[in-house]
Amino acid sequence: MADLVPLGDAIRELVRDGDVVALEGFTHLIPHAAGHELVRQERRDLTLVRMTPDVVYDQLIGMGCARKLVFSWGGNPGVGSLHRLRDAVEHRWPAPLELEEHSHAGMAAAYAAGAANLPFGVLRGYRGGDLPAHTRVRTVACPFTGEELAAVPAVRPDVGIVHAQRADRRGNVQLWGIVGVQKEAVLAARRAIATVEEVVDELEPRPGAVVLPSWVVDAVCVVPGGAHPSYAHGYYDRDNAFYVAWDEISRDRDRFRAWMRRHVLETAGVEEYRASLEAVAAA
Amino acid sequence: MSVGSYSADEMMAVEASRRLADGAVCFVGIGLPSLATNLARRTHAPNCVLVYESGTIGAKPDVLPLSIGDGELAETADAVVPVPEMFAYWLQGGRIDVGFLGAAQIDRHGNLNSTVIGPYDEPVVRLPGGGGAPEIALGVRDVFVLLRQTRRAFVPALDFATSLGDNVRVVVTDLGVLEPVDGELTLVAVHPGADADAARAATGWELRVAEGLHETEPPTVAELAALRGLRTKGEA
Repeated sequence: MADLVPLGDAIRELVRDGDVVALEGFTHLIPHAAGHELVRQERRDLTLVRMTPDVVYDQLIGMGCARKLVFSWGGNPGVGSLHRLRDAVEHRWPAPLELEEHSHAGMAAAYAAGAANLPFGVLRGYRGGDLPAHTRVRTVACPFTGEELAAVPAVRPDVGIVHAQRADRRGNVQLWGIVGVQKEAVLAARRAIATVEEVVDELEPRPGAVVLPSWVVDAVCVVPGGAHPSYAHGYYDRDNAFYVAWDEISRDRDRFRAWMRRHVLETAGVEEYRASLEAVAAA
Repeated sequence: MSVGSYSADEMMAVEASRRLADGAVCFVGIGLPSLATNLARRTHAPNCVLVYESGTIGAKPDVLPLSIGDGELAETADAVVPVPEMFAYWLQGGRIDVGFLGAAQIDRHGNLNSTVIGPYDEPVVRLPGGGGAPEIALGVRDVFVLLRQTRRAFVPALDFATSLGDNVRVVVTDLGVLEPVDGELTLVAVHPGADADAARAATGWELRVAEGLHETEPPTVAELAALRGLRTKGEA
């Protein structure tokens, strides 16, 4: 049963050094505040799993939290490169980063297999091309037709972390809009944390909503604004200007570290993070 | 009718847009593909179906999204599906007609590299990677490639093959249009102001040029007006 707890406590109790951690959210509902808390608590040697590493993993990688990255598209959406990811891969800064690279279809199948407690996902994919020689993918023969199909090992994170619009007081979590692979990330994981915009008395039904019952989530943390610069459908928009600005902030190692110090390490949580951004914008 | 000046990106978006049949179901990426498909939807192909890999099917954005997962797409979509369903049921299920791909490198067979420049384990430039491209390239009927034509991009041998060129039907560049003829990309048209020599000079292999090379029509006033009416979210 999910406990309503402060985010700092949830990360402290549920995420350990060396864990395989998946922070999911496909452009929408990216759990940035949880990522920041991993940075503040100086988690190390994490294997980070995420289809689109996005700014959240650029920050974790640049701050030395990651040993390995499992991913399928590592850019800044609509903008360009993730410079901290590139620096880690190209120059091993601040530490070497092992890559396990997949396609989106492969990652999606691997998450679905994890949620279904299967050892691997199966798809028509990875045919031809150079990626199969560099990643964990094999082929299996269909037992009925003999067709050769790709097999990707299931994603089974130690911890799955998602952000959602809301939860009720019993810890049932509801999210809607672009729902990505959040349900799969939670159900594939041994432990799960959900940060939410708000807690309500009653979760009224929403079209297309995903509900994660409280008994599949270990901790629910109320973190309004916790997806920024990603967005929470119905609450606030994607901060596209921030994604554009991140290109410059993250390009230089010193500027990146100064930004992380000012806005993450020297802030206690999401409220102070927001205030620190507003203070810079007003200056 | 004279249309005045237009950019290379506008020419590319217009040319790609014209090739979309009304009702075509298109797997759309950000940037020029989004521009081209939304233009088609506002001109000759109002029933064009825009599918973004974030799971939004039938999106009808009023402003162009910056990312494939902007809220505007979900709000205007006929359906929003989870990402595993997007790739398994809709793409692998064979429901998509046209897929747009870009890349850092292309070879004469339409194979694309969006993964790495230099060796995979010792990269000179680590690119974002394939994302949806490997399965889009094999799972749709027609692949459209939009890519500026330079010797850096049009290479004799890819540093890394991210996706295969089997279904590439057309490559629209800033200089013209290439289509596969007998398995090799061949220049079939040039844009106004460009010629075959310019295209050859911007290609890292000996570029085949079709007999009867024709010139593309410049963007019409209506096309340019529709194109310039599309604004990316966040722009003034």
